[in-house]
Amino acid sequence: MKRIRLGEIAHARSGDKGDSSNVGLIANNAAAYEILKEQLTEERVKAHFGGIVLGKVDRYEMPNLWCLNFILHDSLGGGGSESLKNDAQGKTHGQAMLLMEVEVPDDFEG
Amino acid sequence: MRKSVLIGNGQGFWGDSIDAPVRLMNDGPIDYVTLDYLAEVTMSIMQRQKNKNPERGYATDFVQLMKDTLPTIIDKNIKVVANAGGVNPKACREAIFAAARELGLSGLKIGIVEGDDILEDLPQLMQAGAEFKHLDTGQGFASFQEKVLSANVYVGAFPIAEALAEGAQVIVTGRGTDPGLVLGPLIHEFGWQADDLDLLAAGTVAGHILECGAQTTGGNFTRWWEVPDYASIGYPIVEANPDGTFVVTKHPGTGGMVTRETVSEQIVYEMGDPENYISPDVRVDFTTIQLEEIGKDRVLVSGIKGMPATDSYKVSMSYRKGFKASGTLTVSGPQAYEKAQKCGEIVWQRLQEAGCSFEETNSEYLGLNSCHGDINPTPDQINEIVLRLSAKDANADNLVRFGKEIAPLITNGPPGITGFAGGRPKPQEIVAFWPALIDKTLVQSRVTVEEV
Repeated sequence: MKRIRLGEIAHARSGDKGDSSNVGLIANNAAAYEILKEQLTEERVKAHFGGIVLGKVDRYEMPNLWCLNFILHDSLGGGGSESLKNDAQGKTHGQAMLLMEVEVPDDFEG
Repeated sequence: MRKSVLIGNGQGFWGDSIDAPVRLMNDGPIDYVTLDYLAEVTMSIMQRQKNKNPERGYATDFVQLMKDTLPTIIDKNIKVVANAGGVNPKACREAIFAAARELGLSGLKIGIVEGDDILEDLPQLMQAGAEFKHLDTGQGFASFQEKVLSANVYVGAFPIAEALAEGAQVIVTGRGTDPGLVLGPLIHEFGWQADDLDLLAAGTVAGHILECGAQTTGGNFTRWWEVPDYASIGYPIVEANPDGTFVVTKHPGTGGMVTRETVSEQIVYEMGDPENYISPDVRVDFTTIQLEEIGKDRVLVSGIKGMPATDSYKVSMSYRKGFKASGTLTVSGPQAYEKAQKCGEIVWQRLQEAGCSFEETNSEYLGLNSCHGDINPTPDQINEIVLRLSAKDANADNLVRFGKEIAPLITNGPPGITGFAGGRPKPQEIVAFWPALIDKTLVQSRVTVEEV
């Protein structure tokens, strides 16, 4: 097994919903989707984001797009115009997700 | 009935490219150009403008666009559907009519959709049983009522179809859903009915794919290095069919790209529970969407399933919630991060000693970790960093005082600090949002079509 960053086997887009952000993480192919589904638990994703996500993380599966949709609760400092954060709308959370590492077989190609 | 209809989106938000709508009209065939001008914060800005001047409160950019393009849209029989009406669709229509007269045009029919603005009706609606509990927190509304700046209902797409059926070429709405700008024309063109749930769901997905403009055609795409010619990026178009299938594409010769990946990313943008996407006209199961690349810059979308709509509309209210201010300084040279941290400490200490306290403060280090926290390790050497200090308080005077405490650091703090331009940061009023629901029976849309 080897460790790789998600950016090698997936792409992502994020946006805001009130004081939560969502990250739609899309695998490059069906095999990569299985790896995401198996390894990216709500707990692991929350741990990856550390101090950014103060609330819980919810995960939804969209097998039709090879996508996992994560809701990062309480991650925007109040959200919208209330927030004092530089990224008040979670626009960059997708890119942050792609920095996460997963384990894949040595011969795996994303 | 037409075999298929071409609908594009040339404006994902107020502030998007001013050339994009014009290029949608000129760079290839198009039947409908849709334009989205309304973010939540926009409604409160427009309401304030209307309070100052009853003839304002709409997207003035749209009137300029119409001035520039009316001859084209009349010549090519392009229909335009825009939520540019904000909190004053009537005044928006009058402004376009005035522009048409200036151009010597006649026979132009403009439809407006009203009824979404319930600000004046809040007391009666509450008497009629509307509670307006906060959708996320369940908090009661009564104590916030006096601070409310705007209150608008996300109405459905059928009023847009009605205006089209009455012959309107330009349709100006207030607050409706963004996807409704696309669904409305499809309902009109193909005669879809309120119980054609799969078709309404398909039209809603088409609208969702278009609503953020170039985010479907390569904008904000993860693998940005694969995207050709960003500078002349084409805005998205759907070729929609009566059976609810559609092809996502863009005009030939424009930049950007439409692939399974770019469309997928837009589908999941701002997504909640994908099996239950709620719109006023239908609930959509986004896990039924099937994508297939059928050519260069052509993605076929099919298989979409819908479920009956809920009994309520979403309401978006904005209200005053104190003030905030932010200021930045650029910190360079050896120990840039340590010096930036020290600057922040100095500012907050001086303010405390001046007797100034805040509900909330924030110190961020742009270039290091303001977006991604500690996901990445701190590099050994940082050449320069932008310190961003922010504060929030109910008392604007505290924020004025805060604004005076940034610049002095350039001469009375650590060395290598610059980038203080544009004057002292000023307090901005915070306009917060109050999402709620309202029973559909309490809201009535009004459609009127008039001719110049």
